[in-house]
Amino acid sequence: MSWFDNLMPSRIKTEQRKRSVPEGLWVKCTDCSAQLYRAELKRNLLVCPKCEYHMRIGARDRLEMFLDPDSGHEIAANLEPQDPLKFKDSKRYRDRLTQAQKDTGERDALVAMAGTVKVIPVVVVAFEFQFMAGSMGSVVGERFRRAVDYCIEHKRPLVCFSASGGARMQEALFSLFQMAKTSAALAELGEAGLPYISVMTDPTTGGVSASLGLLGDINIAEPKALIGFAGPRVIEQTVGETLPEGFQQAEFLLEKGGLDMIVDRRHARDEIAALLAKLMDRPKPA
Amino acid sequence: MDLKFLDFEQPIAELEAKIDELKFVGDDSELNISEEIARLRRRSESLTRDIFSNLSSWQIAQLARHPQRPYTLDYIRLCFDDFQELHGDRMYGDDPALVGGMARLEGQPIVVLGHQKGRDTKERVKRNYGMASPEGYRKALRLMRMAEKFQLPLITLIDTPGAYPGMGAEERGQSEAIARNLIAMASLRNPIISLVIGEGGSGGALAIGVADRVLMLQYGIYSVISPEGCASILWKTSEKAELAAEALGITAERLLKLGLVDGVIPEPLGGAHRDSRGMAEAIKNSLVSTLSELQVLSVGNLIEQRRHRLAGYGVYKEG
Repeated sequence: MSWFDNLMPSRIKTEQRKRSVPEGLWVKCTDCSAQLYRAELKRNLLVCPKCEYHMRIGARDRLEMFLDPDSGHEIAANLEPQDPLKFKDSKRYRDRLTQAQKDTGERDALVAMAGTVKVIPVVVVAFEFQFMAGSMGSVVGERFRRAVDYCIEHKRPLVCFSASGGARMQEALFSLFQMAKTSAALAELGEAGLPYISVMTDPTTGGVSASLGLLGDINIAEPKALIGFAGPRVIEQTVGETLPEGFQQAEFLLEKGGLDMIVDRRHARDEIAALLAKLMDRPKPA
Repeated sequence: MDLKFLDFEQPIAELEAKIDELKFVGDDSELNISEEIARLRRRSESLTRDIFSNLSSWQIAQLARHPQRPYTLDYIRLCFDDFQELHGDRMYGDDPALVGGMARLEGQPIVVLGHQKGRDTKERVKRNYGMASPEGYRKALRLMRMAEKFQLPLITLIDTPGAYPGMGAEERGQSEAIARNLIAMASLRNPIISLVIGEGGSGGALAIGVADRVLMLQYGIYSVISPEGCASILWKTSEKAELAAEALGITAERLLKLGLVDGVIPEPLGGAHRDSRGMAEAIKNSLVSTLSELQVLSVGNLIEQRRHRLAGYGVYKEG
């Protein structure tokens, strides 16, 4: 527990977070189905030791593994989602929110922290895919904007780990406009001369890829991450085209010129710190 | 051109058919039919007024997609003078689903661009049903930059089911093309007005829709996802599109109340397609007055106000 945790009101504290990989001694790789020892998988940052598949990972675990130990404190944690449209489909949006909050221990689908990576001061945001498919509504947009504001105020670069199905339908046009809001925030970050590194993880699609996802000064992806505007099912349905193997995967995007690099999760700290140090004209990280 | 009537307009269609019949009979009949026609016309008008005073979101969506609704190039012809279309993204191709160029609004040079749907089958295919590809968005960006360079106001007309979800579009970076426009439009140093003339379909619409003023026609729609798409995901069947349309709050009236659009331009009775000239006149007046509000601002103020608006989008609670 960092000092900051002690300052937080207890209802923000999230002792019992649901992990992206269910509890139990053994875990099955979501790609090659190998039976993996949980502790070993965790040590390997949820990368399958057999096939190197990068399994999905929760926002807080992500931030914890990326930032220097105990260096992080959360930004804009107190923002609570609302239901401006009183949206109801088969379930009420209110109930979906409550359920997602219970399941993940998060208030919404983006967690923002200021901290250091290899001693370089940064602000890092990470999407929680387990929270309504990491969808972007008003809170995600506002947290992103405040993370940018923090960067500008403290002259720090921004790193974003995205994992999102896109804009959140239940907040309708408010969600769509978060694309414009986050992009405008990044315009300001750029004007302040501060770098933005976008790391797209599996999956990053729709309104998130079409805004903050692909607006990095440097655009990175994790191996095999699905990245695209339309989801594969939508493309197949609307266009009647069958998608070839590996279409919209990170490797495909790299080949098409859409990415700067693919970075193995286990090297993310080293690679990103080295990029940031150059962009910020700092000495080579140790 | 014969008017096409939507399902919910059938009572009006029947009356209009009767009027047409009478007109046909009228020529060689001794009866004084003109009075009867006038009576039926009045009835048709009041019936239209009745039906249109209480439209559901789904009915408005159908109007927004009406096959006879005026499209971007129709309004460009009717609202502006001296339009010269400019083509191509200088990188890959020219996208007929997104058109643009320079024109004059009451004498003032402007850059105008918008999604373009096709009127008949052949043109629909050519225009890809108004679904733009990355080269369309990149052409738009090129024209926006030109407008900025020469300090010309930018007017964008939105009318698309969405950005094209095809393989080629993905390969050429559909997401990147859209994202690039969003960040560029947040910073352009010239006034921008966006007007939803028909369908405002998600990211494909927003990619030319970040503006100093966002306006909508009365029967336009603007949505994060099509009602059909939303229904098939959340209700597990696209047949619930009517419910989804209501839930998503896609109409101009609702979005104005929510503070997400800045103004709504009323349409002629029965919709824009009933009187495209009248509609164009109203659009022109609105563009002229909106532009004059923006042109008194310094570039610094303009961008500051735009950024402030963008930062203000969203509803959340601090606590």
